[in-house]
Amino acid sequence: MRDISAEVPGGGDYHPPCPDQVLENVLENVLQFLTSRRDRNAASLVCKSWYRAEALTRSELFIGNCYAVTARRVTERFCRVNSVVLKGRPRFADFSLMPPNWGAHFTPWLTAFGAAYHWLEKIYLKRMSITDDDLAQISLSFPSFKELTLVCCDGFGTSGLAILASKSRQLRVLDLIEDEVNDDDVDWISCFPENGTCLESLSFDCVEWPINFGALERLVARSPNLKKLRLNQFVTLGQLYQLIVRAPQLTHLGTGAFSPPEIWAQGSEEPDYEAAFSACRSLVCLSGFREVVPDYLPAIYPVCGKLISLNFSYANINAEELKSVICHCNKLQTLWVLDTVRDEGLEAVATTCKDLIELRVFPIDASEDSEGFVSEVGLTAIAEGCRKLQSILYFCQRMTNAAVVAMSKNCPDLVVFRLCIMGRHRPDYLTNEPMDEGFGAIVMNCAKLTRLAVSGLLTDKAFSYIGRYGKLVRTLSVAFAGDSDSALKYVLEGCSNLQKLEIRDSPFGDSALRDGLHHYYNMRFLWMSSCRVTLQGCREIAQTLPQMVVEVFTSESTSVKDEDEYVDTLYMYRSLERSRNDAPAYVRIL
Amino acid sequence: MSSTDQNVLKLEDTELRLGLPGTDGCKRGALSSVKGNNKRAPEEAESDADGHGDCQSGAPAAKEQVVGWPPIRSYRRNSFQAKKTEPEAPGIYVKVSMDGVPYLRKIDLKIYKGYSDLFKALENMFKFTFGEYSEREGFKGSEYFPTYEDKDGDWMLVGDVPWEMFALSSKRLRIMKASDAKGLGSAI
Repeated sequence: MRDISAEVPGGGDYHPPCPDQVLENVLENVLQFLTSRRDRNAASLVCKSWYRAEALTRSELFIGNCYAVTARRVTERFCRVNSVVLKGRPRFADFSLMPPNWGAHFTPWLTAFGAAYHWLEKIYLKRMSITDDDLAQISLSFPSFKELTLVCCDGFGTSGLAILASKSRQLRVLDLIEDEVNDDDVDWISCFPENGTCLESLSFDCVEWPINFGALERLVARSPNLKKLRLNQFVTLGQLYQLIVRAPQLTHLGTGAFSPPEIWAQGSEEPDYEAAFSACRSLVCLSGFREVVPDYLPAIYPVCGKLISLNFSYANINAEELKSVICHCNKLQTLWVLDTVRDEGLEAVATTCKDLIELRVFPIDASEDSEGFVSEVGLTAIAEGCRKLQSILYFCQRMTNAAVVAMSKNCPDLVVFRLCIMGRHRPDYLTNEPMDEGFGAIVMNCAKLTRLAVSGLLTDKAFSYIGRYGKLVRTLSVAFAGDSDSALKYVLEGCSNLQKLEIRDSPFGDSALRDGLHHYYNMRFLWMSSCRVTLQGCREIAQTLPQMVVEVFTSESTSVKDEDEYVDTLYMYRSLERSRNDAPAYVRIL
Repeated sequence: MSSTDQNVLKLEDTELRLGLPGTDGCKRGALSSVKGNNKRAPEEAESDADGHGDCQSGAPAAKEQVVGWPPIRSYRRNSFQAKKTEPEAPGIYVKVSMDGVPYLRKIDLKIYKGYSDLFKALENMFKFTFGEYSEREGFKGSEYFPTYEDKDGDWMLVGDVPWEMFALSSKRLRIMKASDAKGLGSAI
């Protein structure tokens, strides 16, 4: 073997790297190709060397609970991050069950990221509070910033958007999805770079204020890479026309109001909407359709044959109107509709959309006593027609076990099953029995199920099924269900992969809570509101599991009193740090 | 479903019956259907769980609005309210600027009950404090104080006139730095 410590040209000795260093270099090069965070987590546990190499090469950060870890710990471990996903509040916060100002502030994270990740390109936040100052700071801290996605966030307004638009000149993606955006009367659409933008995706359907349409038109004209555009309801159909004729390359379009302007210039013809849509040869995803005037739906017929995703969940259309569209959509994989399409509309979907993977049926009238326009009939039709279904969210007033069983047998690929029978404690409509057997069949027959939401009249038996068969379930939502502690015990003891458990208004108490002690460290969070846990019961958990942050609260104006019978809301999660220091006064951390 | 059918159903709901829930459409008393209604005595709660379903106590609770149920985000819920008409009493919107801050805010003066409410909100919005206010000395202990432009175009110190008069006559607000206040018209 050649003597590798021979002199190198130019003088000096050559010292070969030690074997460990070589291994680490090789590891780093290999690990760069590992993208799945679960794989990376596993790799980091092999040994210290792998831990270090993995930490050096992880570029995408995912933090499912912003209070599980501090920004400092994260930035100390990972140094080359260019993309961050951060999630804050638990989902039940969306339904007014969490008092305001609870937390999940982005600012401290931004400060840490600003110092550590100069080349950060992407930020995705869900259920967090981000301020206008934060938006300005993003532009300042990250010269390569490219993508911002905010889902169910609040705390910012058009002022911050204006600063971001004007200062982050490489911005490719600005997606505002179901956020609460303050109106500061700032024309942010005009603030994008004048000479041309890198924009590929712009979504602002949740902005509840008019925007400067002329500026939007000019923006679209100077954004040659724009593929995804989601408008808000203040953009009329006529204005939409003007936009899509300039941007036929769009692949994803969220229309604004799908109705013509009230005043139409005398003597002028209506634009040829159908031709405009025809010209969009790459369109695969359609949404919007606010304030829809169904007479104009035929305009989208030319694109239906290519559609993969259609969101009609803000479109008040009936069965016939849906049918006229859906009959062309034989490639559809994702469909969101309102229950105004009725069972008949769903039957049409079942006939045509054989490749359907995800279906969501929302109620036009989200109240307990509403009429409910879809039922077990629609569900059965979908079960029989859409065998490839993987995800369903279905709001109804009337359901039978038979229909749910049918779905469990016909759709074995189901990963997400969320059924919401809006009237509380409603039994099987035909047999008057609890809905236990239906949900039981789902967990028994759908071997891939990871997310389940239950409703209707349910006894402990339903939960014994879930515990016994729901081995892959990671997310479980329970409301107004169960008879006793046994129900929760079945779940905590049986569902070994449970990560997120959200329960409201169910008769589960301290004894059941204790039964999960072996598992809580593996979970992202546990939420229990209006159940029967006591302060003492919660304290026991906090004492037994020191790394558990156990928060209890009632409302913004009411503090948790020691003499209260039961705790109103319990929210607990594992954290690598001590409990957070930004909790509002009404939150008690045990 | 005709309205008479609906009325009939409602009567059935409130009829006194005994029997297991679910067998005769009698709603089991929800444990805590209304927020804040969680403080029942254990025995009452136990009997609910036994399933003997006290229909009488169940029915009224079922009528009341349950917070956050069905689980639909308020944004979606509100999308289908009746077409947005002008509110009966439109808000009083004024722009608020603060020296040294690059953006403006727009607020509705109608939602505040008085000056202290307004100041608290402004402090929250811009992350600072006004300090103590007194009639004689104005704002002490802070480098900022609030001013407003009134109907006549004059800039005044906020707090001098009764709240209602201020709310109706102000066109916009400016939170000034004390060092810039020299030229202010009203008494400082």
